[in-house]
Amino acid sequence: MAEKGYLKLENGQILEGDSIGSSTEVAGEVVFSTGMVGYPEGLTDPSYYGQILVQTYPLIGNYGVPKETKANNLTEKFESDRIQIRGLIVSEYVDNRTHYEAGQTLKDWLVKYKIPCLSGIDTRSLTKTLRDKGVMKGIITFSQTPIKSGFFIDINRENLVPFVSTAKQQIYGNGKIKVLFIDCGLKENQIRLMLKYNTTVIRVPWNYNPFLDKKSPLFDTVFISNGPGDARKMPETIETIKQAFSRKIPTFGICLGHQVMALAAGAEIFKLKYGHRGQNQPVMEVESSKSFITSQNHGYSVVEKTIPADWQVWFVNLNDGTNEGIRHKNLPFFCVQFHPEANPGPTDTEWFFDYYFEKVRQWLTI
Amino acid sequence: MANNLKIKKVLLLGSGALKIGEAGEFDYSGSQAAKALKEEGIEVVLINPNIATIQTSHELVSRVYFLPVTPYFAEKVIQKERPDGILLGFGGQTALNCGLALARKNIFKKYRVEILGTPLSAIRNTEDRLLFRQTIENLGLKVPQSTLCRKLSQVNDLSGKIKYPVIVRAGFSLGGLGSGVARNSQDLISISQKALTQTPQILIEEYLEHWKEIEYEVVRDSKDNCITVCNMENFDPMGIHTGESIVVAPSQTLTNSEYHRLREIAIKVVKNLPIVGECNIQYALSPIDGDYRIIEVNARLSRSSALASKATGYPLAYIAAKLALGYRLSDLRNQVTQATSAFFEPALDYVVVKIPRWDFLKFKNQDETLGSEMQSVGEVMAIGRSFEEALQKAVRSLDLDFEGIISDDFDKGKLRPLKASPDRPYNIAYNLFNGQSKKDIYKETGIDYWFLDRIENIVNFYKNMISESSDGKPTETTLLKAKKLGFSDVQIGEIYSVADSEIRNLRKRHNILPKVCQIDTLAGEFPAKTNYLYLSYHRQKHDIRFNLPKQIAIIGGGPYQIGSSVEFDWCAVNCAITAKKNGYSPIMINCNPETVSTDYDILDKLYFEELTRERILDISDLEKCPLVVSVGGQIPNSLTAKLAESTVRFLGSNPEVIDRVEDREKFSALLDSLKIIQPLWKRLKSKKEALEFAKKIGYPVLIRPSYVLSGRAMYVAYSEELLSRYLATSDSIVSSEYPLVMSKFIRGAKEVDFDGVACKGKIVVWAISEHVEHAGVHSGDATLVLPSFSLGDEAVEMIKENTVNIVKALPINGPFNIQFLVNEDGRAIPEVLVIEGNLRASRTFPFVSKVLGINFIEIATKVLLGDNVKQVKIKRPRYTGVKAAHFSFTRLRRVDPVLRVEMASTGEVACFGDSLNEAYLKAILSTGASFDKKAALVSLGGMEYKQKMLQGCRVLAKMGFALFATNNTAAFLKLNRLKVKQVYKVHEKKRPNVIDVIKSKQVSLVFNLSDRDDLGVKEMSLELTDGYQIRRATVDTNIPLFTKVSTANLFINSLYKLKPEDLKVKSWCEYLATIQPKDKTEKL
Repeated sequence: MAEKGYLKLENGQILEGDSIGSSTEVAGEVVFSTGMVGYPEGLTDPSYYGQILVQTYPLIGNYGVPKETKANNLTEKFESDRIQIRGLIVSEYVDNRTHYEAGQTLKDWLVKYKIPCLSGIDTRSLTKTLRDKGVMKGIITFSQTPIKSGFFIDINRENLVPFVSTAKQQIYGNGKIKVLFIDCGLKENQIRLMLKYNTTVIRVPWNYNPFLDKKSPLFDTVFISNGPGDARKMPETIETIKQAFSRKIPTFGICLGHQVMALAAGAEIFKLKYGHRGQNQPVMEVESSKSFITSQNHGYSVVEKTIPADWQVWFVNLNDGTNEGIRHKNLPFFCVQFHPEANPGPTDTEWFFDYYFEKVRQWLTI
Repeated sequence: MANNLKIKKVLLLGSGALKIGEAGEFDYSGSQAAKALKEEGIEVVLINPNIATIQTSHELVSRVYFLPVTPYFAEKVIQKERPDGILLGFGGQTALNCGLALARKNIFKKYRVEILGTPLSAIRNTEDRLLFRQTIENLGLKVPQSTLCRKLSQVNDLSGKIKYPVIVRAGFSLGGLGSGVARNSQDLISISQKALTQTPQILIEEYLEHWKEIEYEVVRDSKDNCITVCNMENFDPMGIHTGESIVVAPSQTLTNSEYHRLREIAIKVVKNLPIVGECNIQYALSPIDGDYRIIEVNARLSRSSALASKATGYPLAYIAAKLALGYRLSDLRNQVTQATSAFFEPALDYVVVKIPRWDFLKFKNQDETLGSEMQSVGEVMAIGRSFEEALQKAVRSLDLDFEGIISDDFDKGKLRPLKASPDRPYNIAYNLFNGQSKKDIYKETGIDYWFLDRIENIVNFYKNMISESSDGKPTETTLLKAKKLGFSDVQIGEIYSVADSEIRNLRKRHNILPKVCQIDTLAGEFPAKTNYLYLSYHRQKHDIRFNLPKQIAIIGGGPYQIGSSVEFDWCAVNCAITAKKNGYSPIMINCNPETVSTDYDILDKLYFEELTRERILDISDLEKCPLVVSVGGQIPNSLTAKLAESTVRFLGSNPEVIDRVEDREKFSALLDSLKIIQPLWKRLKSKKEALEFAKKIGYPVLIRPSYVLSGRAMYVAYSEELLSRYLATSDSIVSSEYPLVMSKFIRGAKEVDFDGVACKGKIVVWAISEHVEHAGVHSGDATLVLPSFSLGDEAVEMIKENTVNIVKALPINGPFNIQFLVNEDGRAIPEVLVIEGNLRASRTFPFVSKVLGINFIEIATKVLLGDNVKQVKIKRPRYTGVKAAHFSFTRLRRVDPVLRVEMASTGEVACFGDSLNEAYLKAILSTGASFDKKAALVSLGGMEYKQKMLQGCRVLAKMGFALFATNNTAAFLKLNRLKVKQVYKVHEKKRPNVIDVIKSKQVSLVFNLSDRDDLGVKEMSLELTDGYQIRRATVDTNIPLFTKVSTANLFINSLYKLKPEDLKVKSWCEYLATIQPKDKTEKL
């Protein structure tokens, strides 16, 4: 008989499940994701840092977890080198490693990183609760008596980025275009894709400001990655971007990076009730009316009416009308809320990187 | 928003009769398309001879033509209607082929008809295998290596040079007709030979053994926005036609990169073809290294798209029709949430399992091996929160008496064969139970370990329960786990040797109850406005509210099978529509994804659930509303008795009344008391009794079990010898537990269907249809004519009188059908016998409703809802409606294509005409018959048939038909001064023989009337008689075959009387308009 574990929510609800992963007690923000594939990629996405993830797809573990191999100092099958979520909640855990890529079961992997996981939870009812009441603080615990840590933590009260950003500068590739890549908790596929465009990627910590560093490496463009939490808690990064803007350096951002850029431009952001987490988020490019299916993982959004006049709405979400991307009307500054690098998720907007480096090249030759 | 505003009138092509490879899914897609167009104010004109469909109704389309979906008739309709546009993608391969033929003849240009949706060039690129291959390779994508052959000599040349195994694929055909896997050159040549008779070209391809088979459903608008709505994974690996495989949605064993790479390729292909609307793309995916091949693209709605629509709640056909008008996906709403965009990809939070339904039992000689050709006649779908739950639900939905994937019927230690067959999934469970390793099973079947693991999970728990059962009743934990794994109360009860009702009570005490889940397309992210529902034990809360005012629950027809098909869907849907119109809130319970009754759009609540007592009680416990069991065919009808034991309420006739008709003894006693005669019959408990009774009543005798559906296991014995042989070889046991019902088989009698609706014992509407074939052909296979064409007034009066008395005596309250035999031959007073009664809507309800222009189900529903319905005025039409059966013999490799008491047809068509001949000829053409050559083969067994066909042969000769005949027939015809070309029978071992003449298509019609003795012996001994070989070759070569003297003569006479231009192109409403108010009203 499997050990029992409990998910306690801040609204007092307690859900009992079978413990699959590590019996480590954790606290975090409970969020749901609707993706049907891609748990190895999703669980290692640093944007989930501090979160207890509820998978709405009921069978998780179906194809095991790949071996943890690296190439060029990047993982090959994951988005970072560890599991980023605090805990995992599933309807049914499937113990499998028969897929040809599987090197371990999901359970083995969770235990290795000391991540708790509860199976046998009514994830649909839980998701509906989160949808109706908004994301909540929660605790995964293994005792029925009041838990030791005793409190729910609000992960959004602090800046989470330092926990997932790189500690030191790292260089990838040796191409012509030099990208200053501000790591707020990046997904490694962003780097993997960029390296296809004759680039050198200079990965720097989230609070690195090249304009204050005399020894700063040369770069042609600034990129700000995705990451966890509230962008307003990162004044240092916002400042860096403001300076990049004033120097007219081509600047591009994804997800949290999009919010940082919006804040730097003077717009505001707000917390969504339950965020967008999944692989089926439809967005439309306003100018062309072209639509794309995107992978998303964010809890905040840019307030559209606060976007400054010299910027324009680039993409909108077709489901709830929220902003999905903005760009400057004249300068090469643009950013998207969704994840063009996919992994997990659809590759519809991978053209984005073409667009990005095309713009960079144009700007540099002018 | 639609750009194509100049489109005011659209022609929609249907798919005709239900057949293997083209079934109810096209009624669903066509109905959705019609609805989508109607919303835009577009006039829809439909050609579809399938009278039992929902799309052939004036609620959905402006005008219906019950005509063959062929270029000839389509052109006539275009000429008459002058539509602005045409939709080719909603009527299966039939509609697509018809459209391609019309395009070749430049009909669309001539009449300025715009092809809406996917352009012809894209259709050609997907249909022609060579073009397809080029298209895909030009995109830098992979297709299986293959070679095109047009002649057998090319195959011969190739056979020595290639690597085996290879697969032979036929182009332009439904469901992979004429395909097969060859493991050596001998196989290759024999398969190619057969395929090349069906199609002008075949492809010989690398066979991707044990690769996974994956499908994506893709939607694209004319502005190049593209999504994949659903992906699906086949349980069986490559080599088994997807229509023959268990299919799971979404894919289970694909990683993110596999899933999204195939998705990306799908979009690339679809954008380049380009598709406008919907299409399906099939892949093979290597389980070793993730390599892929694109297998095919269907540039139209398909069986898979219907399944995907039901699996996700995304109405593919509806959306595709809107896109064909020029809408963008982002202009359209998600039909479930009503709040979000139609440009999205559904996220499922459940697992869907589809299982095909075969009917091999109906065909004694059928080879049950599954392969690349489709043979299944229907399918079921089940939804669960675990694979195990969905799988076991689906198994029970099949209506095959399986309680789950594993049964308790064991020969300890023995292993069962694992070749691909309908039984393979059960055999896997069985072998796992008996200790066979998953590795061995994988090696033999190539079924992914993931699926084997799931089955093992069920088997292991089954074992646990068995070992626990010695301690008494199941524990609470065991019960909950068992229910989560999809075990039924019946099966748990069997394991613990207690009644299922006791398990049910035990569950209730422990509060182990299924919860109702809603399909919302977005995995809970947005609320659903529709009530598309399923039940699961993996939930703790319900998603919806119950017991709302004025609810009624209709039990649908379940899987399509021989004997139960789209006609019951029509009944169920019309019942729901009528209930809604009358202020009621209809709930539907059904498990067949090919239906319109499982379209959440037309219902207040749809429970996509198994049709079992347990599940219906679960639903009725929650909804507490009355049930309608009389509009879904035999499955709900049979459930009535089991449900009546509980406290459920029924609308319509009492369960006791139903039982009085279903139970042969009770019904018989009733008829006796009413002095209504019936063929002599008796329930017999031993073989000895059977032989004695047969002797007493005289041969021939009809043998069958009670509670029959489509005459399963029925048989006619013409002599004592045949009866003895039947009793000796039959699989059915004759015992007191399984008695055999024997009745006098009356030869040469006319058969009549009386369909009606009664209100509290009084008939309020009725129709009397007459069969063209004499008794002995199952009523589902017979050709029906309304109004009757040869019955004397006296017989009609007696039929009415008998029916009035039966209806009053029971009393019937709702729809019913009674079948009669009429013996008029040489009698002053006809003999009228009752052979069967059903207190439910029958398969002929849509036919009689549409011929008379009176919706019988609408009236029946009002009766069920308690209205005091008055007798409807019925006028005898001046036209004739003829319903003809469609057979799928071509697909059933070894079956003898001859009509008998056992039903064999998979579908039907009906056409109208000013005369019987006109309607009949149209109907025969609608079943796919075509004859371009004036040459016929005649092979008549016995003098009786020779005499009966002589005049017919004379008429054929008069029309200029060259006659070919086998020796005795030839001699007979020569004696009667007819010019005949004699051909050899096969057993004469001389060439050219009769098979050569057929296979080389020297004839375009075959009349083969066999001696009954010949048939009887054949059925027993499985001998390959000459008659069998002639019939088989005929259907394999796609030549119209007549095996009954009545239809053969009617056909010849019709051909003689009518020229093609006499087949009038008149819409259904034009016919109905000829019924005048001043016409005489029919009296009871």
